[in-house]
Amino acid sequence: MALSRLSLRSTTFLKPSSLRRHVSTDTTPITIETAAPFTSHQCDPPSRSVETSSAEILSFFRDMARMRRMEIAADSLYKSKLIRGFCHLYDGQEALAVGMEAAITKKDAIITSYRDHCTFLGRGGELVDAFSELMGRMRGCSNGKGGSMHFYKKDACFYGGHGIVGAQIPLGCGLAFAQKYSKEENVSFVLYGDGAANQGQLFEALNIAALWDLPAILVCENNHYGMGTATWRSAKSPAYFKRGDYVPGLKVDGMDVLAVKQACKFAKEHALKNGPIILEMDTYRYHGHSMSDPGSTYRTRDEVSGVRQVRDPIERVRKLLLSHDIATEKELKDMEKEVRKEVDDAVAQAKESPVPEASELFTNMYVKDCGVESFGADRKELKVTLA
Amino acid sequence: MLAEDASFTVTHVHPMRTLDGITLPHVLRFLRFVTLPGKKKMAARIHGGAGAGAATALSTFNPKKLVAPSRTNLPAARSSKRCIVAAAGSDASKSLRVGHSQKLIANAAVATKAETSATTGTGHELLLFEALQEGLEEEMDRDPRVCVMGEDVGHYGGSYKVTKGLADKFGDLRVLDTPICENAFTGMGIGAAMTGLRPVIEGMNMGFLLLAFNQISNNCGMLHYTSGGQFTIPVVIRGPGGVGRQLGAEHSQRLESYFQSIPGIQMVACSTPYNAKGLMKAAIRSENPVILFEHVLLYNLKEKIPDEEYICNLEEAEMVRPGEHITILTYSRMRYHVMQAAKTLVNKGYDPEVIDIRSLKPFDLYTIGNSVKKTHRVLIVEECMRTGGIGASLTAAINENFHDYLDAPVMCLSSQDVPTPYAGTLEEWTVVQPAQIVTAVEQLCQ
Repeated sequence: MALSRLSLRSTTFLKPSSLRRHVSTDTTPITIETAAPFTSHQCDPPSRSVETSSAEILSFFRDMARMRRMEIAADSLYKSKLIRGFCHLYDGQEALAVGMEAAITKKDAIITSYRDHCTFLGRGGELVDAFSELMGRMRGCSNGKGGSMHFYKKDACFYGGHGIVGAQIPLGCGLAFAQKYSKEENVSFVLYGDGAANQGQLFEALNIAALWDLPAILVCENNHYGMGTATWRSAKSPAYFKRGDYVPGLKVDGMDVLAVKQACKFAKEHALKNGPIILEMDTYRYHGHSMSDPGSTYRTRDEVSGVRQVRDPIERVRKLLLSHDIATEKELKDMEKEVRKEVDDAVAQAKESPVPEASELFTNMYVKDCGVESFGADRKELKVTLA
Repeated sequence: MLAEDASFTVTHVHPMRTLDGITLPHVLRFLRFVTLPGKKKMAARIHGGAGAGAATALSTFNPKKLVAPSRTNLPAARSSKRCIVAAAGSDASKSLRVGHSQKLIANAAVATKAETSATTGTGHELLLFEALQEGLEEEMDRDPRVCVMGEDVGHYGGSYKVTKGLADKFGDLRVLDTPICENAFTGMGIGAAMTGLRPVIEGMNMGFLLLAFNQISNNCGMLHYTSGGQFTIPVVIRGPGGVGRQLGAEHSQRLESYFQSIPGIQMVACSTPYNAKGLMKAAIRSENPVILFEHVLLYNLKEKIPDEEYICNLEEAEMVRPGEHITILTYSRMRYHVMQAAKTLVNKGYDPEVIDIRSLKPFDLYTIGNSVKKTHRVLIVEECMRTGGIGASLTAAINENFHDYLDAPVMCLSSQDVPTPYAGTLEEWTVVQPAQIVTAVEQLCQ
């Protein structure tokens, strides 16, 4: 979908002339080296040369820009109290979501924690569905009943969206188990953070996955802080990719979308043949843990801005696009403007959408429900027949 | 009689039955109609609230009259839940009464069913754990998505032999021996269920599932709701619980009291081989997550169950012994203590109505309500602790809904609020004994 949109865009950009650049929609493969090498544990690392194409890199830029814009919009919506509760933002980590999508299909499963807005978008979720869910409207991807931490998209095999740290890991192994059981040639990406890496259930799940050769890829999104606690204060061994012991691991620069793509591709091939593998993505989040956390009490502003200057994933892709002459400054700026408009439109649309009806309180409790009649506290209101 | 009674033909049961014109809230009226697609042409027979184990009633039972029409014949059967079946409750209890002799109340703690009516003389005798296994095997045959996972369920055959022989028949992937990590394998089962598999997760002892509480509460119970209906979690979580023979505090837990608040799950407790098999099958076929509570001491109960395929309703209570003076509500092992006490009570001239509630969440307030209306006195006998147990919730529900019908306060006999001690005599005192039940009834019926 992104590609067709791209081709539309590029024709309006480019005036027919002898100097017409074709490259922006070009799908001929180009090979680019990742900035940093991969570090591996118990396996051979993949090569640093990543096969991609101009069209793909441009799509990376657009997708990441969209995700970044969405998170920023969510930030201001939260501050204006349209989003309540917990809101965990992913800006800074976009390369992970986008790079992963580039390496897999929609039949491969992804399950993640509560920092799921961008992963949802990457799986094909609509902006308006995301914003509606954040604002608790009917239009939301979970009908407004899940909230920020419970985005799901069944048709794209996106299994959420989980609030309890680490609880999604055994679920993810279950997804892999089901894939093995049904003999599908798909894999499951189980995302968790550096904080969750200390959970017992991770190791239980690793053991199970390795024992039965489940096609599970455990991805540790190491953004170096488990809420307010830095990794050096919470983990004796911060080499999360090595924690699998008997399970091979790979350490990846999570801010480099091409490296992420390469690693995920490698991991998928590995998992289908040899069982689980751990990917540690070295990434960073600009916002605090959630909107209630300023993010500055446990790290300096210099650190944050330093990362933003040197490692920002979108800037990296921008430089790549410019240096390879795939797009001009202006085109990229225009693209960003479009994305901004897209997001603003989605926000406006979401704001218009209605809140759930009172009767929605009792729907989806049970499948087909039990024929129970429920009353409110005084037995006069909210009468619902769950037929 | 059941057979002649037209109530066993397909009747549409309206969700709101009224008692004397007063509408009951929290009324459950959902009897599921079951047929077997594909291989087995024969339609499953529906047995109403009265289990086949309840003695005599079925002496005149003619199965041929009971074959329910197949789904295609059902008039305006829009969705399976609308259909049917047999009115349990009052009709059944009436028919049970006919020809019912008082001597038949007797049910010792370990019931060995002598020749019953047996319907047609067919039917086979087996132990409760075998009934569970039979139900599980039939469902695994029927649906390739059903799989079992738990500790020692495969090669070992299950610590209580419920899964014996299944690994040989279905292979290691369908009968999965897991390492000892309840949190992980329960989570794994739930994750697999999200994709469409139907795992039966076994906790070797219900108490161990405390380690999986997070998965059961947050993922199993809530995912259907929080995903806006996108995912269903058709798991069955089962295992033995309850107070055994000096197993010690940690292995004698009653998890039903801890799980009952979790929104989105259903809980059932089996007590006879008949309802064990029926509930197991119903639980597996249900799209909702169901927790099936078995009891460590009931696995060797013997009973004759029908050869034909049958399923018990998940939300329905079982009328064990109809009566007039007092309603005794119970479930699982306490059913047998109650029946033992009933023997004594009958000799003393009382006529207790004993209902095995079976469905712990949601309660079958319809059957219970009808009973309360008749007897006006309620005694709850449970194995949960006094504080926060099933009995506590049931007392609240009855008081709230049927207050007008009560002539005396609802009495609830539960286990003591102590960890179950090891010493035999002490352990005996923690759970409710038949003598206490007799005393309670006498007190209530003054």
